[in-house]
Amino acid sequence: MTAHPSAIRAPDFGPHVRAVARTGGTVVQPRMGFTDPARMRAGLRAVRACRAATVGTITVDSYTRVGDLAAAAAAVGDDTELNGYPLLTHPLPVTRAVLADVAGMPVQVRHGCATPEAIVAGLVAAGLSATEGGPVSYCLPYGRTPLTESVEAWRRSCARLARLRDDGVRPHLETFGGCLLGQLCPPSLLVAMSVLEALFFCQHGVDSVSVSYAQQVDHAQDVAAVRALRRLAHELLPTEDQHVVVYAYMGVFPTTRHGARRVLTDAARLAAAARAERLIVKTEAEAFRIPTIAENVAALEAAADAAVGPGDPVVDVDEEHRIHREAATIVAAVRDLADDVGTALLRAFRRGYLDIPYCLHPDNAGGTRGYVDDRGRLAWDRIGRLPLGGLVRPRQGRRPTAASLLRDLNRVRDRADGPDAAGLPPARPGDALGD
Amino acid sequence: MMRRPLPPAERTAGPVVVSGVSSDAHTWNLVFLHLLIEECGHAVRNLGPCVPPDLLVSACLDAVPSLIVLSSVNGHGHRDGLDSIRAVRAEPRLAGVPVVIGGKLDVTGELAPERTRRLLDAGADAVCTDDTGVHRLRAILASRPAHTPLAA
Repeated sequence: MTAHPSAIRAPDFGPHVRAVARTGGTVVQPRMGFTDPARMRAGLRAVRACRAATVGTITVDSYTRVGDLAAAAAAVGDDTELNGYPLLTHPLPVTRAVLADVAGMPVQVRHGCATPEAIVAGLVAAGLSATEGGPVSYCLPYGRTPLTESVEAWRRSCARLARLRDDGVRPHLETFGGCLLGQLCPPSLLVAMSVLEALFFCQHGVDSVSVSYAQQVDHAQDVAAVRALRRLAHELLPTEDQHVVVYAYMGVFPTTRHGARRVLTDAARLAAAARAERLIVKTEAEAFRIPTIAENVAALEAAADAAVGPGDPVVDVDEEHRIHREAATIVAAVRDLADDVGTALLRAFRRGYLDIPYCLHPDNAGGTRGYVDDRGRLAWDRIGRLPLGGLVRPRQGRRPTAASLLRDLNRVRDRADGPDAAGLPPARPGDALGD
Repeated sequence: MMRRPLPPAERTAGPVVVSGVSSDAHTWNLVFLHLLIEECGHAVRNLGPCVPPDLLVSACLDAVPSLIVLSSVNGHGHRDGLDSIRAVRAEPRLAGVPVVIGGKLDVTGELAPERTRRLLDAGADAVCTDDTGVHRLRAILASRPAHTPLAA
Protein backbone atom coordinates (compact mmCIF):
# COMPACT_ATOMS: atom_id res chain seq x y z
CA MET A 1 0.00 0.00 0.00
CA THR A 2 1.31 3.43 -0.84
CA ALA A 3 0.44 6.79 0.54
CA HIS A 4 -2.74 8.32 -0.79
CA PRO A 5 -1.91 9.55 -4.28
CA SER A 6 -3.62 12.90 -3.81
CA ALA A 7 -1.86 13.61 -0.54
CA ILE A 8 0.98 16.10 -0.68
CA ARG A 9 3.77 14.31 1.05
CA ALA A 10 5.28 15.92 4.09
CA PRO A 11 9.07 16.08 4.31
CA ASP A 12 10.64 12.99 5.87
CA PHE A 13 10.62 13.35 9.65
CA GLY A 14 14.25 12.61 10.55
CA PRO A 15 15.99 14.67 7.84
CA HIS A 16 13.55 17.53 8.43
CA VAL A 17 14.23 17.70 12.17
CA ARG A 18 17.98 17.55 11.68
CA ALA A 19 17.95 20.21 8.98
CA VAL A 20 15.80 22.61 11.00
CA ALA A 21 17.78 22.00 14.18
CA ARG A 22 21.07 22.74 12.42
CA THR A 23 19.97 26.23 11.60
CA GLY A 24 17.11 27.10 13.92
CA GLY A 25 17.82 25.26 17.16
CA THR A 26 15.62 22.77 18.92
CA VAL A 27 12.45 21.66 17.13
CA VAL A 28 9.49 21.54 19.51
CA GLN A 29 6.61 19.11 19.42
CA PRO A 30 3.41 18.63 21.44
CA ARG A 31 1.83 15.45 22.81
CA MET A 32 -1.46 16.38 21.24
CA GLY A 33 -4.39 14.13 20.49
CA PHE A 34 -8.10 14.87 20.28
CA THR A 35 -11.06 12.59 19.69
CA ASP A 36 -12.87 14.92 17.32
CA PRO A 37 -11.30 15.08 13.82
CA ALA A 38 -12.17 18.75 13.40
CA ARG A 39 -10.40 19.59 16.64
CA MET A 40 -7.44 17.35 15.75
CA ARG A 41 -7.15 19.18 12.45
CA ALA A 42 -7.39 22.57 14.11
CA GLY A 43 -4.74 21.47 16.60
CA LEU A 44 -2.30 20.45 13.89
CA ARG A 45 -2.90 23.72 12.04
CA ALA A 46 -2.24 25.66 15.22
CA VAL A 47 0.98 23.73 15.82
CA ARG A 48 2.16 24.52 12.33
CA ALA A 49 1.21 28.18 12.63
CA CYS A 50 2.72 28.83 16.03
CA ARG A 51 5.75 30.99 16.65
CA ALA A 52 8.28 28.14 16.83
CA ALA A 53 9.94 25.48 14.71
CA THR A 54 7.52 22.60 15.17
CA VAL A 55 6.61 19.15 14.05
CA GLY A 56 3.11 17.79 14.57
CA THR A 57 1.77 14.98 16.68
CA ILE A 58 -1.24 12.76 16.60
CA THR A 59 -1.41 11.02 19.96
CA VAL A 60 -3.62 7.97 19.80
CA ASP A 61 -6.20 7.33 22.55
CA SER A 62 -5.57 4.52 24.98
CA TYR A 63 -8.41 2.27 23.81
CA THR A 64 -6.77 2.16 20.41
CA ARG A 65 -3.46 1.69 22.19
CA VAL A 66 -4.63 -1.50 23.91
CA GLY A 67 -6.47 -2.74 20.81
CA ASP A 68 -9.96 -2.27 22.25
CA LEU A 69 -11.43 -0.83 19.07
CA ALA A 70 -14.97 -1.64 20.19
CA ALA A 71 -14.55 0.70 23.17
CA ALA A 72 -13.04 3.39 20.95
CA ALA A 73 -15.95 3.07 18.52
CA ALA A 74 -18.47 3.18 21.35
CA ALA A 75 -16.89 6.33 22.74
CA VAL A 76 -16.87 8.00 19.34
CA GLY A 77 -20.47 6.89 18.89
CA ASP A 78 -21.71 8.51 22.06
CA ASP A 79 -19.43 11.57 21.90
CA THR A 80 -17.34 10.66 24.91
CA GLU A 81 -14.08 12.53 24.87
CA LEU A 82 -11.11 10.15 24.74
CA ASN A 83 -7.54 10.89 25.72
CA GLY A 84 -6.36 10.90 22.13
CA TYR A 85 -7.24 10.50 18.44
CA PRO A 86 -8.84 7.14 17.61
CA LEU A 87 -6.73 6.57 14.50
CA LEU A 88 -8.24 3.19 13.66
CA THR A 89 -11.83 4.23 14.29
CA HIS A 90 -12.28 7.34 12.18
CA PRO A 91 -12.56 6.41 8.49
CA LEU A 92 -9.37 6.81 6.49
CA PRO A 93 -10.66 9.75 4.40
CA VAL A 94 -11.41 11.57 7.66
CA THR A 95 -7.85 11.13 8.88
CA ARG A 96 -6.46 12.16 5.50
CA ALA A 97 -8.59 15.28 5.67
CA VAL A 98 -7.22 15.99 9.17
CA LEU A 99 -3.74 15.91 7.67
CA ALA A 100 -4.49 17.53 4.33
CA ASP A 101 -3.76 21.13 5.12
CA VAL A 102 -0.67 20.62 7.23
CA ALA A 103 1.02 18.67 4.48
CA GLY A 104 4.25 20.65 4.70
CA MET A 105 4.82 19.66 8.34
CA PRO A 106 5.97 16.18 9.34
CA VAL A 107 3.51 14.55 11.74
CA GLN A 108 4.42 11.76 14.11
CA VAL A 109 1.95 9.27 15.56
CA ARG A 110 2.44 8.63 19.28
CA HIS A 111 0.64 5.60 20.61
CA GLY A 112 2.09 3.63 23.55
CA CYS A 113 1.27 0.24 22.03
CA ALA A 114 3.28 -2.94 22.61
CA THR A 115 1.85 -4.62 19.52
CA PRO A 116 1.56 -1.74 17.07
CA GLU A 117 1.09 -3.52 13.71
CA ALA A 118 -2.46 -2.20 13.25
CA ILE A 119 -1.49 1.32 14.29
CA VAL A 120 1.51 1.25 11.94
CA ALA A 121 -0.71 0.00 9.11
CA GLY A 122 -3.19 2.77 9.93
CA LEU A 123 -0.64 5.54 9.94
CA VAL A 124 0.94 4.29 6.73
CA ALA A 125 -2.48 4.16 5.08
CA ALA A 126 -3.06 7.75 6.19
CA GLY A 127 0.14 8.78 4.43
CA LEU A 128 2.34 9.10 7.53
CA SER A 129 5.73 7.54 8.13
CA ALA A 130 6.93 8.58 11.61
CA THR A 131 6.06 6.99 14.91
CA GLU A 132 7.72 5.99 18.20
CA GLY A 133 7.95 3.44 20.96
CA GLY A 134 9.93 0.25 21.08
CA PRO A 135 9.71 -3.44 21.95
CA VAL A 136 10.73 -2.83 25.57
CA SER A 137 9.64 0.70 26.35
CA TYR A 138 6.05 0.21 25.20
CA CYS A 139 5.78 -3.25 26.67
CA LEU A 140 7.21 -3.69 30.14
CA PRO A 141 6.26 -0.44 31.77
CA TYR A 142 2.98 -0.06 29.92
CA GLY A 143 0.91 -3.18 30.15
CA ARG A 144 0.89 -6.95 30.31
CA THR A 145 1.81 -8.08 26.82
CA PRO A 146 4.58 -10.70 27.13
CA LEU A 147 7.92 -9.30 25.99
CA THR A 148 8.32 -12.05 23.38
CA GLU A 149 5.07 -10.94 21.73
CA SER A 150 6.09 -7.32 21.79
CA VAL A 151 9.48 -8.06 20.21
CA GLU A 152 7.79 -10.02 17.41
CA ALA A 153 5.20 -7.30 16.88
CA TRP A 154 7.87 -4.62 16.69
CA ARG A 155 9.88 -6.70 14.19
CA ARG A 156 6.83 -6.84 11.94
CA SER A 157 6.06 -3.16 12.49
CA CYS A 158 9.61 -2.13 11.61
CA ALA A 159 9.43 -4.29 8.49
CA ARG A 160 6.19 -2.60 7.45
CA LEU A 161 7.68 0.84 7.94
CA ALA A 162 10.88 -0.15 6.16
CA ARG A 163 8.87 -1.10 3.06
CA LEU A 164 7.92 2.57 2.70
CA ARG A 165 11.37 3.10 1.31
CA ASP A 166 10.20 1.37 -1.87
CA ASP A 167 7.97 4.41 -2.32
CA GLY A 168 10.77 6.86 -1.75
CA VAL A 169 9.74 7.64 1.83
CA ARG A 170 12.19 7.60 4.72
CA PRO A 171 10.28 6.18 7.71
CA HIS A 172 11.33 7.36 11.16
CA LEU A 173 11.20 5.69 14.56
CA GLU A 174 11.90 7.30 17.92
CA THR A 175 12.68 5.10 20.90
CA PHE A 176 10.65 5.65 24.02
CA GLY A 177 13.41 3.90 25.97
CA GLY A 178 14.51 7.14 27.61
CA CYS A 179 11.32 7.28 29.65
CA LEU A 180 10.51 3.81 31.04
CA LEU A 181 8.41 4.60 34.11
CA GLY A 182 9.24 8.30 33.82
CA GLN A 183 10.72 8.58 37.31
CA LEU A 184 13.26 7.02 39.66
CA CYS A 185 15.25 5.19 36.99
CA PRO A 186 18.92 6.16 37.00
CA PRO A 187 19.96 7.81 33.71
CA SER A 188 22.39 5.12 32.57
CA LEU A 189 19.60 2.58 32.13
CA LEU A 190 17.47 5.15 30.25
CA VAL A 191 20.39 5.85 27.93
CA ALA A 192 21.15 2.15 27.44
CA MET A 193 17.53 1.30 26.69
CA SER A 194 17.21 4.12 24.18
CA VAL A 195 20.30 3.00 22.30
CA LEU A 196 19.30 -0.68 22.39
CA GLU A 197 15.87 0.05 20.95
CA ALA A 198 17.39 2.24 18.24
CA LEU A 199 19.76 -0.62 17.40
CA PHE A 200 16.69 -2.86 17.13
CA PHE A 201 15.03 -0.42 14.72
CA CYS A 202 18.15 -0.16 12.57
CA GLN A 203 18.54 -3.93 12.48
CA HIS A 204 15.00 -4.21 11.18
CA GLY A 205 15.44 -1.74 8.38
CA VAL A 206 14.40 1.57 9.91
CA ASP A 207 17.58 3.59 10.01
CA SER A 208 16.14 7.05 10.50
CA VAL A 209 15.93 7.07 14.26
CA SER A 210 15.83 9.30 17.30
CA VAL A 211 16.94 8.40 20.80
CA SER A 212 15.05 9.80 23.76
CA TYR A 213 15.72 10.97 27.28
CA ALA A 214 13.08 12.15 29.73
CA GLN A 215 13.97 15.05 32.02
CA GLN A 216 14.54 13.80 35.58
CA VAL A 217 15.21 15.45 38.94
CA ASP A 218 18.51 17.27 38.50
CA HIS A 219 19.39 19.62 35.66
CA ALA A 220 23.15 19.05 35.67
CA GLN A 221 22.70 15.29 35.76
CA ASP A 222 20.21 15.53 32.89
CA VAL A 223 22.61 17.57 30.76
CA ALA A 224 25.31 14.99 31.41
CA ALA A 225 22.93 12.16 30.56
CA VAL A 226 21.76 13.64 27.26
CA ARG A 227 25.36 14.30 26.24
CA ALA A 228 26.23 10.71 27.15
CA LEU A 229 23.24 9.49 25.14
CA ARG A 230 24.30 11.44 22.08
CA ARG A 231 27.84 10.09 22.34
CA LEU A 232 26.80 6.48 22.78
CA ALA A 233 24.28 6.71 19.94
CA HIS A 234 26.98 8.10 17.64
CA GLU A 235 29.34 5.35 18.64
CA LEU A 236 26.93 2.46 18.21
CA LEU A 237 24.14 3.26 15.75
CA PRO A 238 24.89 2.31 12.14
CA THR A 239 23.27 5.41 10.67
CA GLU A 240 23.93 9.10 10.23
CA ASP A 241 20.22 9.85 10.26
CA GLN A 242 19.89 9.99 14.03
CA HIS A 243 18.97 12.67 16.50
CA VAL A 244 18.27 13.19 20.17
CA VAL A 245 14.84 14.02 21.56
CA VAL A 246 14.26 15.29 25.09
CA TYR A 247 10.93 14.79 26.84
CA ALA A 248 9.78 17.42 29.27
CA TYR A 249 9.27 15.77 32.63
CA MET A 250 7.10 12.64 32.47
CA GLY A 251 6.53 12.24 36.19
CA VAL A 252 4.14 13.86 38.65
CA PHE A 253 3.66 17.27 37.11
CA PRO A 254 3.41 20.69 38.84
CA THR A 255 -0.08 21.92 39.52
CA THR A 256 0.60 25.66 39.38
CA ARG A 257 1.12 27.72 36.26
CA HIS A 258 4.51 28.93 37.38
CA GLY A 259 5.53 25.42 38.41
CA ALA A 260 4.60 23.91 35.07
CA ARG A 261 6.36 26.76 33.30
CA ARG A 262 9.50 26.25 35.38
CA VAL A 263 9.72 22.56 34.55
CA LEU A 264 9.11 23.25 30.87
CA THR A 265 11.72 26.00 30.85
CA ASP A 266 14.21 23.63 32.45
CA ALA A 267 13.43 21.01 29.82
CA ALA A 268 14.04 23.55 27.06
CA ARG A 269 17.30 24.64 28.69
CA LEU A 270 18.28 20.98 28.91
CA ALA A 271 17.58 20.45 25.22
CA ALA A 272 19.57 23.56 24.33
CA ALA A 273 22.48 22.82 26.64
CA ALA A 274 22.84 19.24 25.41
CA ARG A 275 22.07 20.26 21.82
CA ALA A 276 19.10 17.95 21.47
CA GLU A 277 17.51 18.42 18.08
CA ARG A 278 13.95 17.96 19.33
CA LEU A 279 11.94 18.57 22.49
CA ILE A 280 8.51 17.23 23.37
CA VAL A 281 6.72 19.65 25.64
CA LYS A 282 4.19 19.42 28.42
CA THR A 283 1.55 22.00 29.16
CA GLU A 284 0.33 23.88 32.21
CA ALA A 285 -2.77 21.68 32.24
CA GLU A 286 -0.71 18.51 32.47
CA ALA A 287 -1.47 17.74 36.10
CA PHE A 288 -5.21 17.95 35.61
CA ARG A 289 -6.50 16.99 32.20
CA ILE A 290 -5.94 16.73 28.47
CA PRO A 291 -4.67 20.17 27.41
CA THR A 292 -6.45 22.43 24.95
CA ILE A 293 -5.03 23.56 21.61
CA ALA A 294 -4.23 26.98 23.07
CA GLU A 295 -2.39 25.44 26.02
CA ASN A 296 -0.34 23.31 23.64
CA VAL A 297 0.56 26.33 21.51
CA ALA A 298 1.53 28.34 24.58
CA ALA A 299 3.80 25.51 25.75
CA LEU A 300 5.44 25.15 22.34
CA GLU A 301 6.16 28.87 22.11
CA ALA A 302 7.41 29.11 25.68
CA ALA A 303 9.70 26.13 25.14
CA ALA A 304 11.05 27.52 21.88
CA ASP A 305 11.80 30.85 23.61
CA ALA A 306 13.54 29.15 26.50
CA ALA A 307 15.57 26.90 24.22
CA VAL A 308 17.28 29.96 22.77
CA GLY A 309 19.28 30.15 25.92
CA PRO A 310 22.85 29.99 27.10
CA GLY A 311 25.08 28.32 24.55
CA ASP A 312 27.82 26.50 26.36
CA PRO A 313 26.75 25.20 29.73
CA VAL A 314 29.04 24.14 32.48
CA VAL A 315 29.02 20.40 32.06
CA ASP A 316 29.59 17.90 34.83
CA VAL A 317 32.03 15.91 32.75
CA ASP A 318 32.59 13.28 35.43
CA GLU A 319 28.89 12.58 35.54
CA GLU A 320 28.72 12.41 31.76
CA HIS A 321 31.54 9.88 31.64
CA ARG A 322 30.04 7.86 34.45
CA ILE A 323 26.64 7.65 32.76
CA HIS A 324 28.24 6.86 29.42
CA ARG A 325 30.39 4.11 30.94
CA GLU A 326 27.46 2.48 32.74
CA ALA A 327 25.20 2.67 29.71
CA ALA A 328 27.89 1.37 27.36
CA THR A 329 28.55 -1.51 29.74
CA ILE A 330 24.87 -2.47 29.84
CA VAL A 331 24.53 -2.25 26.05
CA ALA A 332 27.67 -4.32 25.47
CA ALA A 333 26.54 -7.01 27.91
CA VAL A 334 23.15 -7.23 26.24
CA ARG A 335 24.58 -7.31 22.72
CA ASP A 336 26.89 -10.15 23.73
CA LEU A 337 23.83 -12.33 24.35
CA ALA A 338 22.85 -12.59 20.66
CA ASP A 339 23.53 -11.01 17.30
CA ASP A 340 19.84 -10.42 16.90
CA VAL A 341 18.97 -7.43 19.07
CA GLY A 342 15.44 -8.67 19.79
CA THR A 343 16.74 -12.03 20.99
CA ALA A 344 19.39 -10.26 23.05
CA LEU A 345 16.74 -8.10 24.71
CA LEU A 346 14.67 -11.16 25.63
CA ARG A 347 17.68 -12.96 27.10
CA ALA A 348 18.78 -9.84 28.92
CA PHE A 349 15.48 -9.52 30.74
CA ARG A 350 15.47 -13.21 31.57
CA ARG A 351 18.94 -12.88 33.10
CA GLY A 352 18.26 -9.57 34.77
CA TYR A 353 20.90 -7.74 32.69
CA LEU A 354 18.04 -5.40 31.99
CA ASP A 355 15.69 -4.78 34.91
CA ILE A 356 13.50 -1.69 35.18
CA PRO A 357 13.11 -0.23 38.67
CA TYR A 358 9.56 -0.51 40.05
CA CYS A 359 8.18 -2.10 36.90
CA LEU A 360 5.43 -4.62 37.78
CA HIS A 361 5.49 -6.59 34.51
CA PRO A 362 5.91 -10.35 34.95
CA ASP A 363 8.90 -10.36 32.53
CA ASN A 364 10.79 -7.81 34.63
CA ALA A 365 13.05 -9.30 37.30
CA GLY A 366 12.19 -6.59 39.82
CA GLY A 367 15.59 -6.63 41.51
CA THR A 368 16.59 -3.01 40.89
CA ARG A 369 15.66 0.20 42.62
CA GLY A 370 16.57 3.82 42.05
CA TYR A 371 16.44 6.64 44.55
CA VAL A 372 17.21 10.33 44.84
CA ASP A 373 20.52 10.71 46.65
CA ASP A 374 21.56 13.41 49.08
CA ARG A 375 22.71 15.61 46.21
CA GLY A 376 19.26 15.40 44.68
CA ARG A 377 20.38 13.14 41.85
CA LEU A 378 19.16 9.76 40.72
CA ALA A 379 21.29 6.88 41.92
CA TRP A 380 21.13 3.11 42.29
CA ASP A 381 19.79 1.68 45.49
CA ARG A 382 19.83 -1.88 44.14
CA ILE A 383 21.28 -3.08 40.85
CA GLY A 384 19.91 -6.62 40.95
CA ARG A 385 21.76 -8.53 38.24
CA LEU A 386 22.49 -5.52 36.02
CA PRO A 387 26.04 -5.92 34.70
CA LEU A 388 27.25 -2.91 36.68
CA GLY A 389 28.95 -4.74 39.51
CA GLY A 390 32.37 -3.19 38.99
CA LEU A 391 31.07 0.30 38.28
CA VAL A 392 28.38 1.06 40.81
CA ARG A 393 28.21 0.73 44.54
CA PRO A 394 24.47 0.58 45.16
CA ARG A 395 23.22 1.96 48.44
CA GLN A 396 21.24 -1.18 49.38
CA GLY A 397 18.84 0.82 51.50
CA ARG A 398 15.64 -0.29 53.10
CA ARG A 399 12.48 -0.55 51.11
CA PRO A 400 10.76 2.79 50.57
CA THR A 401 7.63 3.62 52.49
CA ALA A 402 4.53 4.96 50.80
CA ALA A 403 5.41 8.36 52.22
CA SER A 404 9.04 8.34 51.08
CA LEU A 405 8.07 7.07 47.64
CA LEU A 406 5.50 9.80 47.31
CA ARG A 407 8.02 12.40 48.43
CA ASP A 408 10.43 11.30 45.73
CA LEU A 409 7.72 11.06 43.11
CA ASN A 410 6.43 14.54 44.01
CA ARG A 411 9.84 16.12 44.38
CA VAL A 412 9.97 17.87 41.02
CA ARG A 413 6.38 19.04 41.34
CA ASP A 414 6.84 20.39 44.85
CA ARG A 415 10.07 22.15 44.00
CA ALA A 416 8.58 23.79 40.92
CA ASP A 417 5.31 24.72 42.60
CA GLY A 418 7.17 26.24 45.54
CA PRO A 419 7.80 29.97 45.84
CA ASP A 420 11.60 29.81 45.69
CA ALA A 421 12.65 30.61 42.16
CA ALA A 422 16.11 29.33 42.90
CA GLY A 423 14.72 25.84 43.29
CA LEU A 424 14.84 23.22 45.95
CA PRO A 425 17.00 23.59 49.04
CA PRO A 426 19.65 20.88 49.18
CA ALA A 427 18.07 17.57 50.01
CA ARG A 428 18.68 16.10 53.43
CA PRO A 429 19.87 12.52 53.59
CA GLY A 430 16.56 11.62 55.27
CA ASP A 431 14.77 12.69 52.10
CA ALA A 432 16.28 9.87 50.16
CA LEU A 433 14.14 6.96 49.18
CA GLY A 434 14.08 4.16 51.71
CA ASP A 435 15.72 5.98 54.58
CA MET B 1 -18.38 9.67 47.93
CA MET B 2 -19.36 6.59 49.88
CA ARG B 3 -22.81 5.22 49.44
CA ARG B 4 -23.14 2.42 51.88
CA PRO B 5 -21.36 0.89 54.80
CA LEU B 6 -18.84 -1.73 53.77
CA PRO B 7 -19.99 -5.33 54.03
CA PRO B 8 -19.12 -7.26 57.18
CA ALA B 9 -15.51 -8.22 57.37
CA GLU B 10 -15.54 -11.64 58.98
CA ARG B 11 -15.25 -13.67 55.77
CA THR B 12 -12.50 -11.54 54.38
CA ALA B 13 -9.09 -12.46 55.65
CA GLY B 14 -7.41 -12.50 52.24
CA PRO B 15 -5.12 -9.90 50.76
CA VAL B 16 -6.13 -6.58 49.29
CA VAL B 17 -6.11 -6.77 45.50
CA VAL B 18 -4.70 -3.63 43.89
CA SER B 19 -5.37 -3.28 40.19
CA GLY B 20 -5.28 -0.90 37.27
CA VAL B 21 -8.09 -0.94 34.71
CA SER B 22 -8.04 -2.24 31.16
CA SER B 23 -6.77 0.73 29.16
CA ASP B 24 -4.62 2.40 31.83
CA ALA B 25 -0.87 1.85 31.65
CA HIS B 26 0.08 3.88 34.73
CA THR B 27 2.07 2.08 37.41
CA TRP B 28 3.18 4.56 40.09
CA ASN B 29 -0.33 4.89 41.50
CA LEU B 30 -0.34 1.11 41.95
CA VAL B 31 3.15 1.01 43.51
CA PHE B 32 2.16 3.74 45.96
CA LEU B 33 -1.09 2.02 46.93
CA HIS B 34 0.76 -1.26 47.37
CA LEU B 35 3.14 0.27 49.91
CA LEU B 36 0.39 2.24 51.65
CA ILE B 37 -1.86 -0.78 52.08
CA GLU B 38 0.97 -2.96 53.37
CA GLU B 39 1.86 -0.28 55.87
CA CYS B 40 -1.74 -0.43 57.07
CA GLY B 41 -1.15 -4.07 57.93
CA HIS B 42 -2.65 -5.82 54.92
CA ALA B 43 -1.07 -8.17 52.43
CA VAL B 44 -1.31 -6.96 48.85
CA ARG B 45 -1.75 -8.75 45.56
CA ASN B 46 -0.75 -6.14 42.96
CA LEU B 47 -2.09 -7.02 39.52
CA GLY B 48 -0.31 -4.14 37.81
CA PRO B 49 -1.57 -1.93 34.97
CA CYS B 50 -3.91 -2.70 32.03
CA VAL B 51 -5.98 -5.36 33.78
CA PRO B 52 -9.05 -6.35 31.74
CA PRO B 53 -12.21 -7.28 33.67
CA ASP B 54 -11.93 -11.04 33.11
CA LEU B 55 -8.37 -11.10 34.43
CA LEU B 56 -9.41 -9.04 37.45
CA VAL B 57 -12.17 -11.53 38.24
CA SER B 58 -9.99 -14.60 37.82
CA ALA B 59 -7.20 -13.08 39.91
CA CYS B 60 -9.71 -12.21 42.63
CA LEU B 61 -11.17 -15.70 42.62
CA ASP B 62 -7.65 -16.95 43.09
CA ALA B 63 -6.70 -14.46 45.82
CA VAL B 64 -10.01 -14.36 47.74
CA PRO B 65 -9.40 -10.71 48.62
CA SER B 66 -10.69 -8.81 51.60
CA LEU B 67 -10.93 -5.67 49.47
CA ILE B 68 -10.44 -4.70 45.84
CA VAL B 69 -8.79 -1.34 45.16
CA LEU B 70 -9.02 -0.09 41.57
CA SER B 71 -6.93 2.89 40.54
CA SER B 72 -6.86 4.79 37.26
CA VAL B 73 -5.34 8.09 36.20
CA ASN B 74 -5.55 8.11 32.39
CA GLY B 75 -9.01 9.63 32.11
CA HIS B 76 -10.79 6.47 30.98
CA GLY B 77 -11.43 5.15 34.49
CA HIS B 78 -15.08 6.10 34.58
CA ARG B 79 -15.72 3.72 31.66
CA ASP B 80 -13.09 1.04 32.28
CA GLY B 81 -13.79 1.04 36.01
CA LEU B 82 -17.44 0.49 35.32
CA ASP B 83 -16.61 -2.62 33.28
CA SER B 84 -14.31 -3.89 36.02
CA ILE B 85 -16.87 -3.33 38.77
CA ARG B 86 -19.69 -4.91 36.78
CA ALA B 87 -17.55 -7.96 36.10
CA VAL B 88 -16.73 -8.35 39.80
CA ARG B 89 -20.36 -7.88 40.78
CA ALA B 90 -21.46 -10.44 38.18
CA GLU B 91 -19.40 -13.11 39.94
CA PRO B 92 -21.39 -14.58 42.85
CA ARG B 93 -18.27 -15.94 44.52
CA LEU B 94 -17.03 -12.37 44.96
CA ALA B 95 -20.27 -11.15 46.46
CA GLY B 96 -19.59 -9.13 49.55
CA VAL B 97 -16.01 -8.21 48.62
CA PRO B 98 -15.95 -4.41 48.74
CA VAL B 99 -14.62 -2.50 45.76
CA VAL B 100 -13.05 0.95 46.02
CA ILE B 101 -12.14 2.93 42.91
CA GLY B 102 -10.11 6.12 42.79
CA GLY B 103 -7.79 8.34 40.81
CA LYS B 104 -8.38 10.69 37.91
CA LEU B 105 -11.34 8.95 36.38
CA ASP B 106 -12.13 11.16 33.40
CA VAL B 107 -10.32 13.60 31.13
CA THR B 108 -11.86 16.76 32.57
CA GLY B 109 -10.24 16.61 35.99
CA GLU B 110 -13.60 16.75 37.75
CA LEU B 111 -15.67 13.61 37.72
CA ALA B 112 -19.29 14.45 36.91
CA PRO B 113 -21.72 13.37 39.65
CA GLU B 114 -23.63 11.12 37.25
CA ARG B 115 -20.42 9.23 36.48
CA THR B 116 -19.79 8.74 40.18
CA ARG B 117 -23.40 7.63 40.55
CA ARG B 118 -23.01 5.09 37.75
CA LEU B 119 -19.93 3.58 39.43
CA LEU B 120 -21.80 3.32 42.73
CA ASP B 121 -24.87 1.86 41.07
CA ALA B 122 -22.68 -0.74 39.40
CA GLY B 123 -21.53 -1.88 42.82
CA ALA B 124 -18.58 0.28 43.86
CA ASP B 125 -18.54 0.84 47.60
CA ALA B 126 -16.54 4.05 47.42
CA VAL B 127 -15.39 6.41 44.65
CA CYS B 128 -12.33 8.45 45.63
CA THR B 129 -11.49 11.20 43.16
CA ASP B 130 -10.17 14.05 45.26
CA ASP B 131 -7.49 14.85 47.81
CA THR B 132 -9.32 13.00 50.55
CA GLY B 133 -9.02 9.69 48.72
CA VAL B 134 -5.95 8.40 50.56
CA HIS B 135 -7.39 9.39 53.93
CA ARG B 136 -10.59 7.56 53.13
CA LEU B 137 -8.76 4.50 51.90
CA ARG B 138 -6.83 4.38 55.19
CA ALA B 139 -10.12 4.58 57.08
CA ILE B 140 -11.54 1.74 55.02
CA LEU B 141 -8.42 -0.35 55.59
CA ALA B 142 -8.59 0.32 59.32
CA SER B 143 -12.09 -1.15 59.31
CA ARG B 144 -10.88 -4.39 57.73
CA PRO B 145 -9.16 -7.19 59.62
CA ALA B 146 -5.44 -7.00 59.10
CA HIS B 147 -3.82 -9.85 57.29
CA THR B 148 -0.27 -10.96 57.93
CA PRO B 149 1.75 -8.88 55.50
CA LEU B 150 4.06 -10.58 53.10
CA ALA B 151 7.74 -10.33 53.88
CA ALA B 152 9.17 -7.10 52.56
